[in-house]
Amino acid sequence: MFISTFSFTRLRAQFIKEILSVLRDPRSRMLVFLPPILQLLIFAFAATLEVRNIDVAIHNQDAGRWSHELRQRLDSARFIARVRHVDSRHQLHELIDRGEVIAALAIPVDFSRTIAAGNSGRAQVLVDGRRSNSGQITVGYLSTILADVGAEIMPDSQPPNPVAVRHWFNPNLTYRWFIVPGLTGILALFSALLITALSIARERELGTFDQLLVSPASTPEIILSKSLPAMVIGTLLGLFMIGAGVFLFGIPFTGSFALLLGSLVLFIASVVGIGLMISAISMTQQQAILGAFAIGVPAVLMSGFATPVENMPVFLQWLAQAIPLTHFLTIVEGSFLKAMPPGDILSKLWPLMAITVATLTMATVFVRRRLQ
Amino acid sequence: MNNPVQPADLRRLDLRRLNALVIKESHQALRDPSTLLIAFVLPVVLLLLFASAVSLDARNVRVAVVLETPGAAAQSLAAAFSGTRFLDVQFVRDRREVADKLVSGELRGYVVIPQDFEQRMARRDSEPLVQIITDGSYPNTANYVENYARGVVQGWRAGLDIGAPVQSVLLEPRYWFNPELESRRALIPGAIAIVMTIIGTMLTALVVAREWERGTMEAVLSTPASVIEILTGKLLPYFALGMLSTLGAAALAVFVFGVPMRGSLPALLLLSAVFMIPALGQGLLISALVRNQFLAAQIALFTGFLPAFMLSGFLYEIGAMPAPIRAITLVVPARYFVDSLKTVFLAGDIRPVFLPNLAAMAAIGALFFMLAKRVTRKNLE
Repeated sequence: MFISTFSFTRLRAQFIKEILSVLRDPRSRMLVFLPPILQLLIFAFAATLEVRNIDVAIHNQDAGRWSHELRQRLDSARFIARVRHVDSRHQLHELIDRGEVIAALAIPVDFSRTIAAGNSGRAQVLVDGRRSNSGQITVGYLSTILADVGAEIMPDSQPPNPVAVRHWFNPNLTYRWFIVPGLTGILALFSALLITALSIARERELGTFDQLLVSPASTPEIILSKSLPAMVIGTLLGLFMIGAGVFLFGIPFTGSFALLLGSLVLFIASVVGIGLMISAISMTQQQAILGAFAIGVPAVLMSGFATPVENMPVFLQWLAQAIPLTHFLTIVEGSFLKAMPPGDILSKLWPLMAITVATLTMATVFVRRRLQ
Repeated sequence: MNNPVQPADLRRLDLRRLNALVIKESHQALRDPSTLLIAFVLPVVLLLLFASAVSLDARNVRVAVVLETPGAAAQSLAAAFSGTRFLDVQFVRDRREVADKLVSGELRGYVVIPQDFEQRMARRDSEPLVQIITDGSYPNTANYVENYARGVVQGWRAGLDIGAPVQSVLLEPRYWFNPELESRRALIPGAIAIVMTIIGTMLTALVVAREWERGTMEAVLSTPASVIEILTGKLLPYFALGMLSTLGAAALAVFVFGVPMRGSLPALLLLSAVFMIPALGQGLLISALVRNQFLAAQIALFTGFLPAFMLSGFLYEIGAMPAPIRAITLVVPARYFVDSLKTVFLAGDIRPVFLPNLAAMAAIGALFFMLAKRVTRKNLE
């Protein structure tokens, strides 16, 4: 028994069977590869933290020069689609309530008069807090416009800028340079997780898993052959999306491709380990898919993609270390933009290795337990 | 709609038959622990994460202050940095020490107080006093580091410059509905929409696809029960599950996470009920199209869950997306639900917001159901 743990003929036969079971059907071939790629294209453009095409409202009670100046600047501001002029405070509130405008400026009667007298003219802006993030960004843009008006009022009065800012690796802070490498990890994760989570569960639901267990194939062989389709598909998808990032989106790739490829394979392997664990304890496909979701969605949320890991409470930061995506995100962002040196990448590969070994071992144990 | 050929259609809705079907489907749904996991455990986990982990309000961002001069002014600026709550500051003497840490991600940025800082202070010309370097590979954090560090420097200098000129115009922002600007208040309502999408679309797609896969769908369809009865019987338990899950999540949001509930409960229930139409319809359509659980899961993931996450306006502003993608968001039902939920929780019952959203969700739902019906009929022929 011990001698026959690995037989290459058997392993090869199982590899072929597993690959065929996922890719035999032309529909499933298409559905395995096409949606993630489409999603990458759509989400790369959708995910942006800029604010554009917004409507703002203005209630101007001042007939003076400076409110006129402000209105003109608002009208020509590029991030604003339409400036709605209203006649009453009430209308201003209503537009905010209905979500028709994200910000509403109220300019008091004495705005220009106060400025002429040498004091600060105050414009109030009401912001829709339901869109808290975009609201804050809008306020930032509006302050710039107001500062420009201020510069016109007193050309010499502006204090010199006390700081010089440089953004390394991504000088213009193009959000797409961040989102595309990150999406590569997320989409490859979901594909690999779903494929492996279903692998054992499907056979169990169809009743063929028992046949597999009574065949001469050993448990490690089964685990290995079950992980192959997702390894191949996940790696291919990842590679394709990395390629799209470089050639389609023109994101600079500064790191080592070989190291990134190695990390990608190891990342997929650790995801496959998690998927097989879920699959081994699921009795039905439904359980496997929902289990994959219950693990996958929180994992993505905690990985540092949506928001940085360091914003989280310490306990969750520890938990995030057990998520493969956390480490892969650092590697893939670093390889694209930061020319991350091998030492830094290796320090992220160890946790991935540990997760892979731990999850694959657990999956083997779970399957073996079924045998007894 | 009227198909006189099928005898079952003579009595389209027999309440006894429907009742029996609902009981059967409910048993089937509740027997599987994974249903309960998705309907009640996942929402709690997600809400917890959105309340604590997924925060757009940065805190404890790791930055370094490079102090290249030991002068008193430089020391006082450094002290201003160490006094901030939102930056996790370490001090070094040489900028070469920190450049590598920016690459490895140990630091998100650093501030250089240069050697000639005191001279620059004295000259008071346009030359900047300090340099801020950020890790641009995380654009959001980089922005934050820039703004916050700039604020610290400006605040510190304002404390020194007594004769600073009056600013001629001032903007006074007031954030309505969310005065403290807690991002979780805006995120948690969105999280409910995501959970509902998973329950409505994903679960239904799986359950119905399994019936097709095993051939039991044909068996049920050949009984005297009409198609309408079968589908209603199948969907009602999941509708109820989705509503219960929403109520649970809403209670958690309000009583545990301190999200206000400024609208009314009936409005919340109405919105959720109407959102379930497109969610269930989409699940039904997917399962009728592929009749295979693996493919149904793939499609539900890529057409239901991920769009609800990325294209609903939950995290990313729809207006800022390019026009073709804005057009795609129009058929994402979660878009209307996220907007309505944020309003019902944070703003109140605002009809001009609800009515168009309700109409859009109902219309998309009707479309999905019509397509599902057509595909199902084709499957049977």
